[in-house]
Amino acid sequence: MVTKSLSTPTEGIAMILNVQGVTKRFGGLQALTNVTFDLPEGQILGLIGPNGAGKTTLFNVINGVYAPEAGQVIFRGRNMTGKKPYQLAKQGLARTHQVVRPLNELTVRENVIVGACFGRENHRLKQASKIAEEVLNFVGLGGKIDQLAGSLNITEKKRLEMARALAARPYLLLLDEVLAGLNPTEIEYMLNIIRQVRDGGITIIMIEHVMRAVMGVSDRIIVLDYGKQIAEGTPQEVSQDPRVIEAYLGDPKLAKKLMEE
Amino acid sequence: MQFGNLLTSIVDGLLIGAVYGLAAMGLTLIWGVMNVINLAHGPLIALGMFSIYLLFSNFGLNPYLALLIAAFLGLIFGILIYFIAIQRVLGASHLSTLLATYSVNMIIIGIGTAIFTTTFRNVDYSLGNITFGPLTVLGTRAVAALLTFLIAGSLYLFLYRTRLGKYVRAVANNRAAAELMGIPSTQILALSFGIGTMLAILAGGLISTMLPFTILSGGAYELKSFVIGVLGGLGNPLGSLVGGLVLGLLEGIVPVFMPNTWVPVIEFVIFILILIVRPTGLFGVKK
Amino acid sequence: MKRLMNPGLWITLLIVVALGLWPTITRNAATRELVFTILLAIGFASSLNILLGYTGYVSFGHVVFYGLGGYIGMYLFKQYNSPLWIAVPAGGLAAGLLAFILGKSILHLRGGYFALVTIGVNEAMRAFINTLKPFGGPTGIELDFSVYKPYGGAANALWLVYYTAFGLALLFIIISFMIKTSKFGLGLLSIREDEDAAEVMGVIAPNLKTWAFVLSAILPGMLGVLFFFKNGNVEPGDAFRLGFSIENLVMIMLGGQGTVLGPVLGAIVYQRLRGLLLVSPLFKNIQLSVSGVLLLVIVLFIPVGAVGWLRNRFPRLRRVLP
Ligand SMILES: Nc1ncnc2c1ncn2[C@@H]1O[C@H](COP(=O)(O)OP(=O)(O)O)[C@@H](O)[C@H]1O
Ligand SMILES: [Mg+2]
Repeated sequence: MVTKSLSTPTEGIAMILNVQGVTKRFGGLQALTNVTFDLPEGQILGLIGPNGAGKTTLFNVINGVYAPEAGQVIFRGRNMTGKKPYQLAKQGLARTHQVVRPLNELTVRENVIVGACFGRENHRLKQASKIAEEVLNFVGLGGKIDQLAGSLNITEKKRLEMARALAARPYLLLLDEVLAGLNPTEIEYMLNIIRQVRDGGITIIMIEHVMRAVMGVSDRIIVLDYGKQIAEGTPQEVSQDPRVIEAYLGDPKLAKKLMEE
Repeated sequence: MQFGNLLTSIVDGLLIGAVYGLAAMGLTLIWGVMNVINLAHGPLIALGMFSIYLLFSNFGLNPYLALLIAAFLGLIFGILIYFIAIQRVLGASHLSTLLATYSVNMIIIGIGTAIFTTTFRNVDYSLGNITFGPLTVLGTRAVAALLTFLIAGSLYLFLYRTRLGKYVRAVANNRAAAELMGIPSTQILALSFGIGTMLAILAGGLISTMLPFTILSGGAYELKSFVIGVLGGLGNPLGSLVGGLVLGLLEGIVPVFMPNTWVPVIEFVIFILILIVRPTGLFGVKK
Repeated sequence: MKRLMNPGLWITLLIVVALGLWPTITRNAATRELVFTILLAIGFASSLNILLGYTGYVSFGHVVFYGLGGYIGMYLFKQYNSPLWIAVPAGGLAAGLLAFILGKSILHLRGGYFALVTIGVNEAMRAFINTLKPFGGPTGIELDFSVYKPYGGAANALWLVYYTAFGLALLFIIISFMIKTSKFGLGLLSIREDEDAAEVMGVIAPNLKTWAFVLSAILPGMLGVLFFFKNGNVEPGDAFRLGFSIENLVMIMLGGQGTVLGPVLGAIVYQRLRGLLLVSPLFKNIQLSVSGVLLLVIVLFIPVGAVGWLRNRFPRLRRVLP
C-alpha cells in the first residue's frame, strides 16, 4: 500500500478545493457555520458527524446545489461560489447522492453515458458509450448494462451512482454514504473501488457512517456537529478527540461503533 | 366620466370580484390539498349555473334555496369525481392529473351541450335596486357578494376551527405525515375535492342570478380563477377572496381608462408575471 | 448517417408516406381534407412531443405558436402579397423566437406551474391580438380569393398546401428521431427523469430546455400559416383555441409520449375516431363526452400509451421502436 501523507496541508502543496468560512441557513436552522478547510490533491478526506450535522448540505454547497449565505468555495483555484451544479460538473466535480437518483426510464448504460457526455470531458455519444461500458465493468454492473435503471436493486443503484460520477472523469469526487446499507462483502468491494479511484489520481471526499471503513481509507478526517467543524486531523487523532466522542454520545449507536475501533 | 359612474363601476367590480373569488376558492383549495389543477372547474361552475336555472324555472324554487340543494349535490358529485377520475392518478405526473380533470371537463361539456345546446339562458329573478346616495347596485349582486363573504367565512371556520378542517390542512401540508398520525387521507382528499366542487357550484349558482350564461360560460371563470389563484396564492383559499376583489376592481377601473378589450390582456400579463417572479402568489403563503 | 437506419423510424415514415399519398391516388378533395387534418395533427403532436415526451414539460398553451404563426403568415399574405415559401418559414421563425423568449423566462417553472403559465401565455396572446388593429382585432384577417391566383387558382393552392404539410410532417418526424437519438436528446431525457440529478451530472438544463421548446414551436408555427392560408381567414378565437393544444396532448398520450411513433399513431387514431364519432348520429351530439371517457380510460389505465405499452410488454421492442 502506498504510504499516505499524514501531514496537514501547508502552503506549496497543490490544493484542489478550498472551503472558506461557508455558512448555510435553512430558515431558522443553521445548517453550516463557518466551515473552512483545504483539500490537497490526491487525498481521501473523510467527512463524519451525527445525522443532521450538515454533511450532505456541505456537499450541496460545494457542488452548487445551494449557494452559501457567507463564505467561498474555490475549486482548482477558481472561485465557484454560487455557481450552478452543471458549471461545477464541467470543471471536474462529480458526486453521488445519499438518496440514489437513477434516471429510471433510461438504461443503465444511458445513465452512465449522461455522466460521460455532459461531465468534464464532453464526449460524443459513441465514445461516451465506450467509457460507460468500461466504468460499468469496473463497478461490477457490466451484466446489467441494458436494463432500465429503475429495475436495479438498491446496492446496484449505489454502484450506478458511482459509475455515473466516475464516467465524468472528475478531478474531485464527492461520495455521500455510498457504503450505507451494504453488507460487509459489498462494503469491501466498494472500498476497493474507492481506493483504486484514488490511486488513479482522483481526489475524494467521502461522507460515511461506517466508521471502520472511513477510518481505514481516509488520509484525513473532518468531523461536523450541528454544522460546525469540531475536529480535524488524521483518523488516529480524530478518534481520540474527546469532543468527537462527546458529539457521538448523542447518537449512542454510533458512539458504540466508534468505541469499537 | 362622472364620479357617480366611476363609483358605481368600482362597487360593481368589487361585488362581482367577490364572486370571482368564490369561484377561485374551489380551484385553489383542490390545488393546495392535492396539488391538482382542476381543468373541470369551468364546467363545474357551469353546472352550478344550470342547477339554479333548472330548479328555478322548472320547480319555481327560490334561487337561494336552490343554491343550498345545488351545493349539497355538488359536494356529492365532487366526491364521485374524486374516486372515479382523480384518486388513481394522484401520485402520477402533472400531465396525468391535468388530463384526467380535462377528461371530466369534456364529459360534462359534451353531455351539457347535447342537453342544453349553447344558447344563452338566464335566471329571471330580481331583487330590485339598492341606492346609497350617488350609488346604485343591483340587489342580486349585493346579495351574491354578501353570500360570498358568508361562504368564505364558513370555509375559514371549517378549515381552522373544526377537527375535519385541521385534517384537511394536515393532508395539504404533508400527506405522508398526516397518514402517520392516523388521519384517513383518502377520505379527506375526497372530501376536499367535494368541497372544491361545491364552491365551484355555489359560485356558478350566484353568477347565474347576475348574468346570462351557456354551458360553456364556466371556461371564462375558470381562467379568471387561475389568475385569482395566482394572485392570492395557489393553495390559499382565503387569499382567493382578496385576489377576486383585486380582479373585480381591475375590471371596474380599467374600462374607464382604456377599451374593455384590454382587461383580459392586463389580467393575463399580471398572471404570467406573478408566476414568473413569485409562483407562490402575491399574498401567498407556503407551497 | 448510420443512426437513421432504424426500423422504428422507417415504419413511422412509411405509415406517414402511405397516408400522405392516399389522396394523391384517389384525387379526392374530401380525402385530402381528412388527411390534411391528420397530417397537421401528426406534425403538431410530434413537435409537442419533443417538449412533453422527451423533456417532461407540459405545455398546455402550445397552440399559441400555431396561432402566432398563422397570424404572421396571414399578415404577410394580406399586406405584402408574400408568397407561401416566405410566409411559412416566417411563421416558424416567429414561433421559434417567441419560444426562445418564453423559454428564457418561464422554463424555470416546474410541473403544474409551467402548465399554468403556458395557458396564461396563450390567453394573453389571444387577448392581445384581439386588441391589435393591424391584425384586425376581433374580426381577424380575411384573405381575398386573389391570393390563390399565383398558385394557379384555389384548387391548386390547396394541393400545394397539402403537400407542404406532408413534407414538413415527414421532415419533422426525422428531426424528432434525430433529436431523440442524439446527445442533445439524451440530455433532454435526463432532464425529464430527474432535472436536478441531470444538472449535477453537467447537463445545462436551462439551455437544453430552451432549445427543446424552440424546436417544438417551429413546426406548429409553420402549420399555422398553412392552415389559415387554406382557411382564408383567421380570428383570435380560432387561432388560440386552448382545446387544440389539449387534443394534441391527448394524441401523444394515446400513442405513447416520448416515442417517435407514438404521436403519429395517436394523431391518426384520434382524428379517425373523432371523424367517426362526428358522423355517427348516435354519438354526434355527445362526441366530446365519448372522447372524454376514452381519454380518462387511457390516463387511468394505460398512461404510457400504445407504443409505451408495447415497449414495456416486449422489452426487445425498445431498440426497434425509438
Ligand atoms: N433543503 C433543506 N431545507 C431545509 N432544511 C434542510 C434542507 N436540507 C437539509 N436541511 C436540514 O439541515 C440539517 C443538515 O442536514 P444534512 O446536511 O442532510 O445532514 P447530514 O447529511 O449530516 O445527515 C438537517 O437538520 C436538515 O433537516
Ligand atoms: Mg446526509
